[in-house]
Amino acid sequence: MTVIVDYGVGNLFSLQSSFSAIGEPVCVSADPSVIARATRLILPGVGAFEDAIGKLRATGLDALIVARVRDGVPLLGICLGMQMLFERSYEYGVHEGLGLLRGEVRPIAEVIDPSLKIPHIGWNSLCMQGEKHPVFRYINDGDCVYFVHSYAAFGVEDALIANTEYSAPLTAAVAKGCVCGCQFHPEKSGRVGLAILRGFCEWDGTGGGV
Amino acid sequence: MITKRIIPCLDVRDGRVVKGTNFEDLRDVSHPAALARYYSDVGADELVFYDIAASAQGRALFTDILTEVARTIFIPLTVGGGIRTVADFDRVLGCGADKVSVNSGAIDDPSLIEQAARRYGDQCVVLSVDIKRVDGVFRVFSKGGRVNTGLEAIEWIRRGVDSGAGEIVVNSIDTDGVKGGFDLPMLRAVTDAVSVPVIASGGAGSIEDFIRLFEDNPKVDAGLAASVFHFGEIEIPDLKAELKKHHIHVR
Repeated sequence: MTVIVDYGVGNLFSLQSSFSAIGEPVCVSADPSVIARATRLILPGVGAFEDAIGKLRATGLDALIVARVRDGVPLLGICLGMQMLFERSYEYGVHEGLGLLRGEVRPIAEVIDPSLKIPHIGWNSLCMQGEKHPVFRYINDGDCVYFVHSYAAFGVEDALIANTEYSAPLTAAVAKGCVCGCQFHPEKSGRVGLAILRGFCEWDGTGGGV
Repeated sequence: MITKRIIPCLDVRDGRVVKGTNFEDLRDVSHPAALARYYSDVGADELVFYDIAASAQGRALFTDILTEVARTIFIPLTVGGGIRTVADFDRVLGCGADKVSVNSGAIDDPSLIEQAARRYGDQCVVLSVDIKRVDGVFRVFSKGGRVNTGLEAIEWIRRGVDSGAGEIVVNSIDTDGVKGGFDLPMLRAVTDAVSVPVIASGGAGSIEDFIRLFEDNPKVDAGLAASVFHFGEIEIPDLKAELKKHHIHVR
C-alpha cells in the first residue's frame, strides 16, 4: 500500500484525493508500523524547512524513511518533502536534511533576476533533462506544472531529471535510485500532475536517474 | 517561463454560483462543482470561490461544496468571503482550499493577515481589495463594495504585503461588471507599489481586454473574471490561443 507520511505539516486532503482520482489506494499515516510495511512512500511538506525536519525527527520517522529507502521502497518527496531529501538547507540558518540525495537547498533569490517575484508561484514548464525517467513516462517536455516556492535544490548533479526556467534554471524534479522528488505540486498540476503520480505508482524504483 | 494565469471566479450563495453587475442584481448561473470541473477541463489555471452566504446554513453548504470541488479538481483553489479569523482559515483549508482571500475581515482586524501568514505562510494569504476612485483618490471599499472605508488603497496594499499577504487581487469597482476592460491605471499603481503577484479583476469583456492587460502591464500575473466565462462570452481555450498569438505565455 502507498503511504502518505503524515508528520503534522500541511493539509493532505488534495494529495489524498489525487491518488483516489487515479484509482490508487493510499493511506495517510504517522504510524511507524504502517510505514514499515508500505510498498511506496510519499513525503509531502509545506511551510518552513526547520519546522518540518524537526517534526520528522521528533517522531523518529526520519530514520525509518531512510531505512525503507535503503530497502528499495520507492519514495516521492513533494515540495518541501523533496527539499528534505537533500544534505542540507539554508532556509533561515543551516539545517541538515535526510541526506538521501546529493545537493543543498538555497534561496532562489541567489540566482534569479532581482526584478522577478518571490515566491516563484504559478504554472511553469518542465525542461526534461537527459533520458526520460520512468516516473515521467507520460510527461512531455514543456508540460506545465504548479509551483509555489522561494527555495530550490542546487548541486543535485546527475539526479536532475527536470528543470524549470525562471530567468535561471531551477531544479524541478530529481531522481536517484528509488528516490524521486518534485519541487512543484503534482496534486495541484491538473492532468499533468495526476500523470506524474500515476507514473510514480507504476514505477518499481529502478531504471533511470541512477 | 512562468505563465500568466487565467482565473474564473465563482461567487457562491446558497450552493449556487451567482454573478452581479456592479455587485447588484445577482443572477443564478450554475452548480459550483459542475462549473469548476468544466473550467478545470478547459484550461483554467486556478479557481476562486467566493462565499457570499448570508447565513450559517449557507456557510455550511459552501464548505460542503468546496470539499466536493477539492476532491475532484486538481488545480489551485482560492477561497474568499466571510474570512474574519484564523479559525475561518482552518475551516476552508481543511476543505481543500490552497489559498485564502481576505477582504473586509482584514480591514476590521488588520492583524488577521499577519496571524494567518505566520501560521500558513505568505503564499496562503491573498489580500483582495475592492477599490473605487473617490475625488480622484483610490479608496478601499468593504462589505462587498458598499462601504467607503476611507483607506487609501495603495497604502493599504503596501501594509498588507508588509504584514505577509502573498498575493493581491485588485478589484476595480469602477470597471466591474461594465465589460469595458480592466482598470489599467489602477493596476499600474499597484504593481508599481508592491512586488508580490497581482491579480487583475473587474472589467473583462472580451479577449482583447486580456491581451491589453498583459501587454500594457507585464507585472500583472493573472486575470480574473466571472460573468464573461460563466455566460460563455469568452471560452478559455480561445482566450489562451489568442494570448499565445500575442506572445503572452500561457499554459
